[in-house]
Amino acid sequence: MSVLRGIKGVFAFLYDFIVGDDWLVAVAVIIALAITYAVSQTSVSAWWVLPVAVLLILPIALKRATRPH
Amino acid sequence: MGPGALFIAVFLACAVEAVEATTIVLAAGTAREWRSALIGLGGGLIVLAIVVAVLGPAVSAIPLGALRLVVGGLLLAFGIQWLKKAILRAGGRKALRDETAAFAKEVAAARDATGQRRGFVSDWYAFTLSFKGVVLEGFEVVFIALTFGSNQHNIGLAAIAAVAAVLVIAAVGIAVRAPLSRVPENSLKFVVGIMLTSFGTFWGAEGAGASWPGNDSSLPALIAAVLVASVLLVMWLRRTATTGAGRSGRTVGTAEVAS
Repeated sequence: MSVLRGIKGVFAFLYDFIVGDDWLVAVAVIIALAITYAVSQTSVSAWWVLPVAVLLILPIALKRATRPH
Repeated sequence: MGPGALFIAVFLACAVEAVEATTIVLAAGTAREWRSALIGLGGGLIVLAIVVAVLGPAVSAIPLGALRLVVGGLLLAFGIQWLKKAILRAGGRKALRDETAAFAKEVAAARDATGQRRGFVSDWYAFTLSFKGVVLEGFEVVFIALTFGSNQHNIGLAAIAAVAAVLVIAAVGIAVRAPLSRVPENSLKFVVGIMLTSFGTFWGAEGAGASWPGNDSSLPALIAAVLVASVLLVMWLRRTATTGAGRSGRTVGTAEVAS
């Protein structure tokens, strides 16, 4: 029982460590990386995808954090 | 990214985490008992050393492309969360981290808790408080040192920078026996948030197959762009805080404790 609680605790820690209080950021980063990979497989440069994603994700995350509950 | 830049980046990021861990250990030692707090500190450092010993070689064995994709993605998600909090603090929407207030809060909680002897640890509360503080903050130190070091093929230098940061902060903490409130922690967190986000973007894109124009020389431009965007977002938050403070009451003071 205590082992199970320990494992759950580790996963909860990892989730909080990587995902934090806004899961949308983690999902958006994964999608942006996937788009980068898809664009890199074409003849178009793909380096700009992640910087643009950051410029979009940050204001949205801030807006979500400051909106009245 | 040269060795000097790697050292500075890891040192600054780890110093911020070390300040928070030092505050917790100091609170456990001051309010409860120093011996148990120091045993907790030692136990936490042993756990972290085991994690580094296991993960270090494992991370080094991963092919660079996959490593940069995974590590870049993790660093980017982690960095954006960190930068978001730093921007919220600078924009007056989240309480500034105040080590004196954090120390007072930990001391008050520690004094109210009941003590218990377990084995050779005379005060279990002081031990667990110190142990958990060191392990939780230390994991971030390990994560930053391993991700930066592995991407630059220089885990040794990253580890030296991390250990140096921890030793410097710990030495100052032991010398003053008080929370390190003079460390410009909130400014450091802002800088570190920009670095984590920039490096995460750079390595994540490379791992996903993109090629940066000018290779490594595009990194300073990326850092500058993230810095400018962050400053603009702080200005936006401050402006909306000023215009909306009377209505929403979402602005905060600096005396509160923030994580």
